[in-house]
Amino acid sequence: MNIMQKTALTLAAFSASAAPALAQEAGSLDARVNEAFAAFTGPFVNLIFAPFPGTSFPWIVMWLVVAATVFTLYFGFVQFRFFSHAIALVKGDYSDPNDAGEVSHFQALATALSGTVGLGNIAGVAVAVGIGGPGATFWMILAGLLGMASKFTECTLGVKYRNEYPDGTVSGGPMYYISKGFSELGLPGGKFLAVLFSIFCILGAFGGGNMFQANQAHAQIAGIVGDYPGWITGIIFAAIVFAVIVGGIKSIANVTEKIVPFMGILYVGAALVILVVNYDKIGWAFGQIFEGAFSGLGVAGGLVGALIQGFKRAAFSNEAGVGSAAIAHSAVRTKEPITEGFVSLLEPLIDTVVICTMTALVITISQQLIVDPDTGRFVLNEAGTAIATVDGNTGVALTSAAFASGISWFPYVLAVAVILFAFSTMISWSYYGLKAWTYLFGEGKTSELTFKLIFCVFIVIGAAASLGPVIDFSDAAIFAMAVVNIFALYFLMRIVRKELNSYASRLKSGAIAKFN
Amino acid sequence: MTTKLLIGLDGQSSGDRALSFAENLAKLIGTAELLVVYVIEWSPYSFQTPEENAERHKRREEEISTAMERVVTPALARLEAAGIKAQGMVRHGNVADSLDSIAAKQNASQIIVGRSTETGLSKRIFGSSTANLVMGANVPVTVVN
Repeated sequence: MNIMQKTALTLAAFSASAAPALAQEAGSLDARVNEAFAAFTGPFVNLIFAPFPGTSFPWIVMWLVVAATVFTLYFGFVQFRFFSHAIALVKGDYSDPNDAGEVSHFQALATALSGTVGLGNIAGVAVAVGIGGPGATFWMILAGLLGMASKFTECTLGVKYRNEYPDGTVSGGPMYYISKGFSELGLPGGKFLAVLFSIFCILGAFGGGNMFQANQAHAQIAGIVGDYPGWITGIIFAAIVFAVIVGGIKSIANVTEKIVPFMGILYVGAALVILVVNYDKIGWAFGQIFEGAFSGLGVAGGLVGALIQGFKRAAFSNEAGVGSAAIAHSAVRTKEPITEGFVSLLEPLIDTVVICTMTALVITISQQLIVDPDTGRFVLNEAGTAIATVDGNTGVALTSAAFASGISWFPYVLAVAVILFAFSTMISWSYYGLKAWTYLFGEGKTSELTFKLIFCVFIVIGAAASLGPVIDFSDAAIFAMAVVNIFALYFLMRIVRKELNSYASRLKSGAIAKFN
Repeated sequence: MTTKLLIGLDGQSSGDRALSFAENLAKLIGTAELLVVYVIEWSPYSFQTPEENAERHKRREEEISTAMERVVTPALARLEAAGIKAQGMVRHGNVADSLDSIAAKQNASQIIVGRSTETGLSKRIFGSSTANLVMGANVPVTVVN
């Protein structure tokens, strides 16, 4: 902590000494970036989040939930029926020892998780609870459970239709299964949808996989060392990401990949400590979650407000139906693509049902959200858009304050975790975006370098812009991927069902057995 | 029935001494068959980047062919020259567990390894592969100094 304080002081001294004039100029640069960005992305954001006529319910939220429900029913609650089988697969019970050294189910799951577990779980949940109240948590958990079926569908297809190159490397993801699957079924338009998906995937990589991460990492650092211009953080982050993805300095990525899982465990551990210490409030917190889920407890938009926020943040956090995980999972080595589908359904469970719920419980228990003592309903902020908080915190700062109320020094740990999560998510998304980019423009050094450079530029923009426009664009880009992906999944899901039936009968007959 | 001896190589000088020992032993037995194994330390529970995963199959093939070329093939050539029947294999996994399970599967009557060359922290925490093998193996193990 001492070192952190010293670093903080040094950084603060640096920003203070950098002349007020410079700071002012930088501040207006941030504002200009912000303004231009908001104006440019506005129409796209409005289209994606357009409400059903006469209501305030965005059609995209319904799109995701309906899809997750359809997949859940179509595959006969696969997320529950094959849950224990998924665990056995991750443990390696069904892995052929002769394949040792290939990517294991565990590794594919861990890699995909490090791309999704991150700011969505920390900042995203705070946004959901901050606007939709504790009730949003209920809808988030429900969306997480249903989303397991979406993930299962897309990841099975991701492995089934990946490209395997003669040199032994693989490329997979929605753009591959959409084009190959559609032509296999004799359906038109597969190529068009694959291209459309790739475009949105690139935007998603720049948005949620990049700008949102840079933005919240900056907020976290600024929260500790004091306010300073966002583009400084942006340039530092961009330089490190550049070193990894362009410079090929794998050691940085490797270190992050190894630390991130422990950060995740530490985060959940800290949340558990706070919950155990406040065990007497857990019942009350769940009461708030259930009551809020159906009444809204006075939040903006009431019940629907809580529901929209819960579904939105769950989708943003676990990315079920978005198609990104299908890219990450497609590298696994298996003769049965469906096994990776089973493994991937654990992802929304870990990400949303466990980690997001922890965050939501800690925020609720910490009583950072201001409640009117007379009515028991939440007090809204001046603009009436969100619940007023004790220190006016939103996003990751709210989570940080909530943890600090239980463990005073935890914000420092959280800051490190946020920065590392942000970094590992950026590395993962730079890969997803690159795969979509090379699908469109072909593989080759120049084409890949172009993408990577643009990716680094967006880090700076993301850190400099303010949260509102960034979060809107991030959501919009990621949900646009889901529009194309889910549309295609409705046509392709019968292929998955055929795989599922065949696998289930062989598992029953003993043709597929554990290796010992 | 021929006696099968499994030799675990690690590409170090201690592995060479194990090989010499096995060679002499095989000559004494007369009808022995040698199984030369090189295990590449690897865990299915490690964490990797998406890019590493995408390239994993290629890397694995490269690792296997390098180990074959540098360690196993020279050992086999040496044994062949001495007139001893031998076969080689390269596997990924935990060294001690892999040697033991290959020995069981191939009905080897004993495992011969060189003394471990691991040093430092990981040896203090996890023990050396040789020590783990001696503790856990289901067939007799000879450790050559």
